Amino acid sequence: MKTMSEFFHMGGYAFYVWTSYAISAVVLAANVALPLMRRGRLLADLRRRASVRRRA
Amino acid sequence: MWTWLHKLGSPPRFYRLTGQLLPWFAGLAAVCILAGLYGGLWLAPPDYQQGDSFRIIYVHAPAAWMSMFVYVVMAACSAVALIWRIKVAEMMASASAPIGASFTFLALVTGSLWGKPMWGTWWVWDARLTSELILLFLYLGFMALEAAFEDKRHGARASGILALVGVVNVPIIHYSVVWWNTLHQPATVTKLDAPSIHISMLIPLLLMALGFKAFYATAMLLRARNELLARERNSRWVQEMLTQ
Repeated sequence: MKTMSEFFHMGGYAFYVWTSYAISAVVLAANVALPLMRRGRLLADLRRRASVRRRA
Repeated sequence: MWTWLHKLGSPPRFYRLTGQLLPWFAGLAAVCILAGLYGGLWLAPPDYQQGDSFRIIYVHAPAAWMSMFVYVVMAACSAVALIWRIKVAEMMASASAPIGASFTFLALVTGSLWGKPMWGTWWVWDARLTSELILLFLYLGFMALEAAFEDKRHGARASGILALVGVVNVPIIHYSVVWWNTLHQPATVTKLDAPSIHISMLIPLLLMALGFKAFYATAMLLRARNELLARERNSRWVQEMLTQ
């Protein structure tokens, strides 16, 4: 069974391995966060228009 | 089958169905990626030649496979959009491009981070690396061409043709390690005889590959649904949905 410090050390390749995983995590997170944020803005805008139209 | 597909092409139906599918894709992606990370980073033994650096494969290979898979989906959607003028297919192609570009970028960057300790260089003009870089430019060209038109449907037609022409690059990427014997290692998993990788290393890789596919479905549907809502904002089904 390996220890936590061995795990983080990655046999001396820690920089290459963890940088790869960190960049991947950031890119994947952005691919979900950006469309979700756009959806929030879009729905808020559409609801505002709808309420203006109802009052008119 | 055809009537079902035709109904799927109707925006409200597409919006409703994908809304139901989304949580399943997102859940599948999360479970597979977490299990794959645990198996790949913790359980799998170090490679006898490459030590722990081989663990980069668990993001590198799925990202590289997806860079080609997404391109094929994008080209197929573009073909459907060009032939049958189905708006939903157009949006799926357009939603795929930034995600495919992300996967291509990841394949190149993680490949570079793997190449440095193993080959001693960040980059070589090897056939595999060069054709993958061309794939990134194809994605970026698709997005730029699409954005260059005032009318979105004209943009989709032009970029759709570019996507179809660019398909020729996909088999070149796949067979590059066979046709040109340069620095990139040949295929480990996607060959006809048994994969040359131990089962404890293979299972996490397959889990990551499935997780990335489900992730793509999630991210692509999120984008396509946004685009659909934005373009159909004045239609009746969107108005009805908002007042509910």
